[in-house]
Amino acid sequence: MELTPQTELALRKAEKLPTAKLHAAQYVIALVLVILAAGLWRLEVVSADNFRALAEANRIRKVPVLAPRGRLFDREGRLLVDNYPSVSCFLLREQVKDLNSDLPLISAGLHITPEQILATLKRFQMAPKYQPIPLKQDITPDEQAFIEAHRNELPELETLDEQRRLYPRDGFAAHLIGYVGEISEDDLNKSKYAFYQPGDVVGKSGVEATYDSLLRGVDGSRDVIVNSHGKEIGRLGQTLAQPGKDLKLTIDLDVQMAAERAMEGKTGAVIALDPHTGEILALVSRPTFDPNQFAVRLSKTYWNEIVNNPDHPLLNKATQAQLAPGSTFKIIMSYAGLQENAAQDMHVMCSGGASFYGHFFACDKRHGMVDVEHAIPWSCDTFYYTLANKLGIDTIAKYATDLGFSQRTGVDLPDEVTGTMPSTAWKMKNFHEKWYAGEVISVGIGQGAVAVTPIQLARAIGGVASGGALKRPHLVFPDEVPPDELEAIHESFPGSGDKTVPLATANWQLITDAMAATTTSGTAAPAHMEGIDFAGKTGTAQVVSHSAGMTSLGVGKERANAWFVGMAPRRNPDIAVAVLWEHGGWGAGSAPVAAQIINAFVTKQRKRENNIRIAEKPPASTPAPPGQPTAQATSAPAAPKSTEVSN
Amino acid sequence: MFRLSSYRDFDWVLLGFVGLLSVISVLEIKSATLHTKFHGFETKQIEFLAAGLVLMFLISMIDYHRLIDIVPWAYGISILSLLAVKLVGQKVLGARRWINLGGGVHFQPSEWVKLVLIVAVARYFWNLGGRELSWTDIGKAFALVCIPMAMVLAQPDMGTSLTYFPVLLCGLFLGGIRFKQAAILLLIFTVLIGGAWKSGKLLKPYQKARLTSFIDPDADPKGKGYQIRQSLIAVGSGGIWGKGANKGTQTQGDFLPIPYTDFIFAAFCEEHGFVGALGVLLLYFLILMRLIQNAQTAADLPGTFIIMGIVAVITFQIAVNIGMVVGLMPVTGIPLPLMSYGGSSILFTFLALGIVMNIRMRRFVN
Repeated sequence: MELTPQTELALRKAEKLPTAKLHAAQYVIALVLVILAAGLWRLEVVSADNFRALAEANRIRKVPVLAPRGRLFDREGRLLVDNYPSVSCFLLREQVKDLNSDLPLISAGLHITPEQILATLKRFQMAPKYQPIPLKQDITPDEQAFIEAHRNELPELETLDEQRRLYPRDGFAAHLIGYVGEISEDDLNKSKYAFYQPGDVVGKSGVEATYDSLLRGVDGSRDVIVNSHGKEIGRLGQTLAQPGKDLKLTIDLDVQMAAERAMEGKTGAVIALDPHTGEILALVSRPTFDPNQFAVRLSKTYWNEIVNNPDHPLLNKATQAQLAPGSTFKIIMSYAGLQENAAQDMHVMCSGGASFYGHFFACDKRHGMVDVEHAIPWSCDTFYYTLANKLGIDTIAKYATDLGFSQRTGVDLPDEVTGTMPSTAWKMKNFHEKWYAGEVISVGIGQGAVAVTPIQLARAIGGVASGGALKRPHLVFPDEVPPDELEAIHESFPGSGDKTVPLATANWQLITDAMAATTTSGTAAPAHMEGIDFAGKTGTAQVVSHSAGMTSLGVGKERANAWFVGMAPRRNPDIAVAVLWEHGGWGAGSAPVAAQIINAFVTKQRKRENNIRIAEKPPASTPAPPGQPTAQATSAPAAPKSTEVSN
Repeated sequence: MFRLSSYRDFDWVLLGFVGLLSVISVLEIKSATLHTKFHGFETKQIEFLAAGLVLMFLISMIDYHRLIDIVPWAYGISILSLLAVKLVGQKVLGARRWINLGGGVHFQPSEWVKLVLIVAVARYFWNLGGRELSWTDIGKAFALVCIPMAMVLAQPDMGTSLTYFPVLLCGLFLGGIRFKQAAILLLIFTVLIGGAWKSGKLLKPYQKARLTSFIDPDADPKGKGYQIRQSLIAVGSGGIWGKGANKGTQTQGDFLPIPYTDFIFAAFCEEHGFVGALGVLLLYFLILMRLIQNAQTAADLPGTFIIMGIVAVITFQIAVNIGMVVGLMPVTGIPLPLMSYGGSSILFTFLALGIVMNIRMRRFVN
């Protein structure tokens, strides 16, 4: 190997470095490695637990598993409200890198405007950062595919399988069922919702609201392993969701259907209940709304349509409309007069009205000589002007209050109203004015300041027909609800509840017979049903106050409200129905509504009784043809109903 | 003049340690790319290692004095190749560091420039003949190293350019810089670096942010501090025994950034714990000690200088890379020698080892 002269020269020097310098280098290296080892010790031994927790927090994501909401059934176990599977899109704010740049893509993919997204974000700005924000509910398969396809670009989007409410179509039973929706900020501040989170779905009205705590169940959660893009790469344990409790309502689907059909095209409300128990068999309010529209994000147009409707579709008129009861109040008047022993021997000459305190009060007919037995079916105003004048306002108020007026009934529906029963004390309290004796005259025919709800009326008159036993109306069988829950519900829905008012047998018979006469020879005679013991009372309540009694019905929004309270049978009825047809004109117009409902109820009742009779007959009485097994004879006619009886 | 060099004088012990570390590296690269699109990088790493071994044997056959002779030429070519990178280099992630040689082969000149510098510095100090260093000598040494360093820094590749600096430091130290001179230099440097930092001309803002984020990674956990934070979580959560091979949640879940190159040690720590990490540190210690022993037994001054230059570079890279992983050093993008995935880094290391073998084989002066 040839070397250059220069290298040769250098080689000759051939000196060596002092070894001390190399030792120094060794020490430096050892020191460096020791420092690094100390750094490792600090992380891996001293703070290992802390970092292990951080690593777990990195990769484990808690995904809520939503509890399916309890379903609703009618009293015979027929499904009213079901759930259906649906997918919602959530935004994970912890995954967001630059939302502003992602906005257009999210907006296009999910078909929501950027403004809506920002508004949603704003709504949740106080919520903890790890909590997913619901961006869009019930997304389409296309939108779901969009999210899957953009996992890398939009790791902040997450889908969640949910169960959604499926309500009956066309607003069937909408007011009693209610609807669910995302909890509002106002609600979150209420003590009732102390344990709820923003974004939770809660019952907003009807049974959905009252029994929310039972229906909602308990959400579970699933721990999934994700990578840094939020993609699920594995699963850990899970806490199962406890499904909400199914509830059996007191509603009878057949009766409800009859009521819905009878109220078709009308404005107002119908309530049918069983006066023995207070079980509500049907409840209809018109106009109605589609709760399915509320279950998912409400469209602006639908909301505007509802809010701008002058007839207030969201109002449950059976419990929230307080209106003058008109002549239906005469049952209460009769009850008061008879119990005070003032009406029994009263005979009033009706010549188309009478004068009191210098004013003439009209009656719609010249009834001639009228006693209480005829005053009810004929609905003679003159008689009740006179009776009211005789009893005085405070006596009337005492009996009316006994029957539950001016108080809530305690029905298990939210926001029930009390109505108004005027009295001297009431006037002093509210108007700081003395009661004028003349004011009592129009109260006698259910006008003036008297205001009632259909449910109050059905309960009170049903109670009178049941010998004075009044029940708390309810939509859910009490044995469906745990005792402590039931107590809590009674406490949060206070009202006059279950009570018995005194009612002499003779008076009871007199009133109920007179109500039966109403539908045979009285004001509701056209609604008479052959073979059904149908009793009732009409009411035509003026909307615009006239100085005297009924002289004209008025037109349009000034047209009188048509009331009817009916029951069957006349004494100890199995069903009591109150019908309010707003601006329906004569009360007699509402009688056929009640008649249809009662007819549906009675027909069904009789069919069932017939079936029971057949089921109870010994199999031998319908002899089987020789050679055929006897099983056929027992199973054929009594199939579904017989099992019910045997239970 | 020289005894005939033979492979019996090859440092098989050193090669054994290096081989062990390479196996660990391949296994960890396999684990770190298991669920990513880089799956299969471990086989490429094996190919790099094989190529490295071949190059190592090849370079060990050429007398290192030949290398010293041709180093002025090599130095000139280095400067030219760095210029070429600036002019025709491929832009990857905003920096020009690579030259495309065609056929899918990319060449990163800055790695082999490192090797040239080591030899050049050795030659420079050897030529000084062990005399006391004048300020002119020191100035020339600085120029020798700082010209290519500045060019690499301008690519910009702060990490690699920093690895040139220990070559100079090592040269000055072994070349006999006096304590007073060193103190003055340190003072000047402190002032200069402080001034450069303030003026913002020398470093790009992202480089500055990267350098400072290690002090408080939680200040911006999603942004600048993300990498270092995830690295700390990976290392810390490994605990004493680690989570097991292929079971690191930070590594497998893609939380740890580039776990097969710059952060491979974090991935290794997560999966093999403090015990495994100590084992790797021990291997590095043994390799470095073995290198220094070879420097000691080298036949002449340039041999010692070259090996010590290599020791300085490797030590520096270990300190900066592992220091970064455990949060003691800023993120600079310096790979961990013999562990990180990457052809250029492996080729440098094995070429360097080849020169060490070369020097060792020729250690007996007659």
